[in-house]
Amino acid sequence: MGLVLLVIIWLITFISAYFFIAKTWWLPTGASAAAAGIDHHFTTTYILMGIVFVAAQVLLGLFAWKYRDRAAGSPARYSHGNNTLEIVWTVLTLILFVGLNLMSSSIWASERFRPAEPGALQVEVTGMQFAWYFRYAGPDGKFGATKPELIDPSAGGESAIGLDTTDPASKDDVVTGTMYAPVDREVEVILRAHDVIHSFFVPSMRFKQDAVPGLAIHMHFTPISTGDYEIACAELCGLGHYKMHGMLKVVSQEDFDKWLAAREAEKQ
Amino acid sequence: MASYTPTVSLDDPRTSTGGNGHIPPHHHDGDDFGSPFFDVRLRRARLGLVVGLTGIVMIFISFSSAYVVRQGLPTLDPRTDVLLHDWFPVPLPSLLLINTAVLLISSLTMEIARRQAARKAALAQLASVPGVSMHAKEGVSWLALTVVLGLSFLAGQWMAWRELAASGFYVASSPSSSFVYLLTGMHGVHLFGGVVALLTAGAASLLRRPADSQAIAVDVTGWYWHFMAFLWVYILCLLEFVH
Amino acid sequence: MAGSTGGGETIMATRELAAHELHAHAAPQGFIRKWVFSLDHKVIGLQYYFLALTAVFVGMFLSLLMRIHLIWPNVSLPLVGEIKPETYLSLLTMHGTIMVFFVLTTAPQGGFGNYFLPIQIGAADMAFPVLNMLSFWVTFLGYIVMLSAFFVVGGAPLHGWTGYPPLSALQSAGPGEGPGADLWVISIALFCVGALMSALNFITTTLDMRARGMSMMRMPLTCWAWFITAILGLLAFGVLFSAGILLLMDRNAGTSFFVPLVVVNGQLVAHKGGSPLLWQHLFWFFGHPEVYIAILPAMGLCSQLVSVFSRKPIFGYKAMVYAMLSIGLLGFMVWGHHMFMSGMSPYSAFAFSIMTMAIGVPSAIKTFNWLGTLWGGRIRLYSPMLFAIGFVSLFVSGGISGPFLAQPVLDIPLHDTYFVTGHFHLIMGVASIFGIFAATYYWFPKMFGRMMSESLARWHFWFTFVGTYAIFMPMHYLGMAGATRRYSQFTELAYLRNLIPLQKFITYAAIVTIAGQFIFLFNLFWSMKYGKKASDNPWEATTLEWTTATPPPHDNFGGHTPVVYNGPYEYSVPGAPRDYVMQNDPATVAAH
Repeated sequence: MGLVLLVIIWLITFISAYFFIAKTWWLPTGASAAAAGIDHHFTTTYILMGIVFVAAQVLLGLFAWKYRDRAAGSPARYSHGNNTLEIVWTVLTLILFVGLNLMSSSIWASERFRPAEPGALQVEVTGMQFAWYFRYAGPDGKFGATKPELIDPSAGGESAIGLDTTDPASKDDVVTGTMYAPVDREVEVILRAHDVIHSFFVPSMRFKQDAVPGLAIHMHFTPISTGDYEIACAELCGLGHYKMHGMLKVVSQEDFDKWLAAREAEKQ
Repeated sequence: MASYTPTVSLDDPRTSTGGNGHIPPHHHDGDDFGSPFFDVRLRRARLGLVVGLTGIVMIFISFSSAYVVRQGLPTLDPRTDVLLHDWFPVPLPSLLLINTAVLLISSLTMEIARRQAARKAALAQLASVPGVSMHAKEGVSWLALTVVLGLSFLAGQWMAWRELAASGFYVASSPSSSFVYLLTGMHGVHLFGGVVALLTAGAASLLRRPADSQAIAVDVTGWYWHFMAFLWVYILCLLEFVH
Repeated sequence: MAGSTGGGETIMATRELAAHELHAHAAPQGFIRKWVFSLDHKVIGLQYYFLALTAVFVGMFLSLLMRIHLIWPNVSLPLVGEIKPETYLSLLTMHGTIMVFFVLTTAPQGGFGNYFLPIQIGAADMAFPVLNMLSFWVTFLGYIVMLSAFFVVGGAPLHGWTGYPPLSALQSAGPGEGPGADLWVISIALFCVGALMSALNFITTTLDMRARGMSMMRMPLTCWAWFITAILGLLAFGVLFSAGILLLMDRNAGTSFFVPLVVVNGQLVAHKGGSPLLWQHLFWFFGHPEVYIAILPAMGLCSQLVSVFSRKPIFGYKAMVYAMLSIGLLGFMVWGHHMFMSGMSPYSAFAFSIMTMAIGVPSAIKTFNWLGTLWGGRIRLYSPMLFAIGFVSLFVSGGISGPFLAQPVLDIPLHDTYFVTGHFHLIMGVASIFGIFAATYYWFPKMFGRMMSESLARWHFWFTFVGTYAIFMPMHYLGMAGATRRYSQFTELAYLRNLIPLQKFITYAAIVTIAGQFIFLFNLFWSMKYGKKASDNPWEATTLEWTTATPPPHDNFGGHTPVVYNGPYEYSVPGAPRDYVMQNDPATVAAH
């Protein structure tokens, strides 16, 4: 029985570890400036924790078999513990855990403690049951006013976000269902939600932030490779949560300018 | 190396049961709190009360923290995109001060009742037949007075609510009015629980339960009652002074 | 009797004794007083246990429906028909709520704690038996109210067990958010009241009713675990209760504690100025200690079992006590780690993450000590021990994923993905369930006088141990790949469609594992009648429950109160006649 337990525990451990090492299912390729740092720290964490995981499970299986009750064996060792050992492994664990955390804190600080750079592209991201809308301020650089009374999700686009067309700043605002961003330029997203909490999650950008009604949350990321990246809602928002998705298209700066100009032209 | 000795040592001061080590056979009875000794039961009942009050305190700490957070919380006005502070304190009816006085007086009457019941229990232990309640009438009336004052307080709170509503402050009128109703209401519910406990303790006296059981019931209810008075003063100060 | 005790008692005490004996009565007669409104902690413990047993099968059934829907979204199932997206979310909500409250917070504490705490400390019952009885019935009422949510207009709520407003606060936000959500909140409020009452009893009993010689540091670690769990419950359930009251008011009284001005389906709501984050803070201030409430009793039991079945004292008793106390204390300081992505200040996030990493330390210490207990032992692999070892393995696996989530930077890709689901199921769900199973196999002989079938128990163990790993380990891979939680199907995003094969594997594993649980159910009821008769101490354990008759008499010790001379883990003491020394054995083991 002890041997079976050892074998099964070891098998489970090695099989689980294999899929982590082989990265059979893994984080998508990083496409933002922050991804490299986050992924590097992820690797550090999973190597260190992986070692602890394997060591603990291997010992558990080993002990279950090695110290099994055998007729001819010696009596169990009568010991109430070892204080020195307690102190040693407490301190080591503390260093490991807190150390890991402090290592990651500089990345967290750079992502979240500082506001967006002055030249960042501002995109207002609005979540509602069950779609994302993206608003660009246009040439005047100002977002027009929105009013909750004007919100009409069924009409889509400008009406969905309740754009007040009487506001002069609204004239050049572009509202789309697909998010476009130029590569290698910081994007500042201003996250809002109309009804319930949603969460703007772009796995490839290593970006996630809840969109909370009553708040306008400013956050930033920098896409560094062109392509199409899926956006998923990552906070339960109702029956359509599973299909509240969007697409982020990262293109060259010129393609972006062309796209935006085309949208502006449509508004005339 | 552990040694195995046949020495017997009974006087362990670290346990909760005192005495000389021999505990008499125990009869399992639902309301005797596990001991035939009055002082043990009283201690146990009081300990239970302190623990229970801790749970209640956490409820009011949560409400208080929600109160403080909500006060300082600006929310985005979706029409103007500007952060607004929408906290406007509710002018509290002066009736609340009268209610407070009533409650504090009831604490006094409660304390008198509590001490009476304790004396009664002590006297009963010296009497030749246990369980005979002495000066029964006096005990009941202080308790009854507390009940009357408690109910008056609750009636007064109800009237204060009516006054607030008359001035246009309903539960949902504003964040601050919501909290006024919430905090006074929750306190009222707990105080009503105290009234029920008082009536139960009063019934114990009328039903000629042993004096020591009565004393424990009145003691625990008494401390609960004092706590409710203290809690009320805290809530009043929170509503009046914390902006 | 009183007169024969010898000197020391005062005249007053003697008179009290006499008075008391006049009022004493024997064990209750009659079905209602004996089995329905019993004041006996053992009966109440069994009531809680069987409540949890029905709840766990309900919860498992809900999860089975969920798993089937995930990989076959359009299939029509027998009994339930087609599962719409909103139905999936209701199943999810009720699965989580029922499992967390009515299983994990009920069986280990209300069930086994009620039954065995008084016996293990040498008391005849809990301090307040009437309150104990009431706490069970209030909990039972909460359970009925919870289940009734399925049957009202709109059905059960779909807002998840975490119930974040505005989704949970607005009737118009989704199907099930009408009366079903109100019933959900009321049920939880009732549960809070029952839990607070129970906590009161556990704490008072532990502090004030220990037998002579049973100092705090001689208590079995199960008692420490129940005690600390009760303190956590006392401090946490009041907060959940208040949050529930505020939510109920937002839903029904037009207040705006949690709801800002929002527009649902084009309609403005009659709320403004509230903060959704306020709910999250209140909820998680409760919610984090809650996970420790769910796991601490299992940790206490694991310590007990590895010691008994290794024939060795627990390695580092004091360290184990301090570790549980630190987990309890730190558990109140980490709630923000559920809110890293919520819009909370990133500076607060940093502070919470440091505390969260710190709380990993006492958990690690406990694991080292369990390993240390096994080392050099003479391990008897009976079914309770299999589940105890399984517990350690699952606790390690579930615990290892914690440090990923505890670091905000790594939480960015992982929050609200299946990585989190895998993490908490392993460390809280499955590990705690293994504790419940272990406790059942261990204490069954004492409760029912018979042994459960060992061979059926082993089948159950292997099904469950391998099965739960097969279900929950792959969830970590799903989460790293970005698979979001609480999605009723994975058909809408390309990267999620690619993960469906792995989801299929999980569903198949779940079907097999759930099937395996019927082995346990059969074993439980069959053994009550046909199990091999058990001796009073079949496991040769040292704690007080094994000194008394099987099942224990009404007052636990048959008229005499035990006196304790030894610690709870005196196994293989050199020089002792047997490899275990009972706690009430007067031949003392010096210095322990």
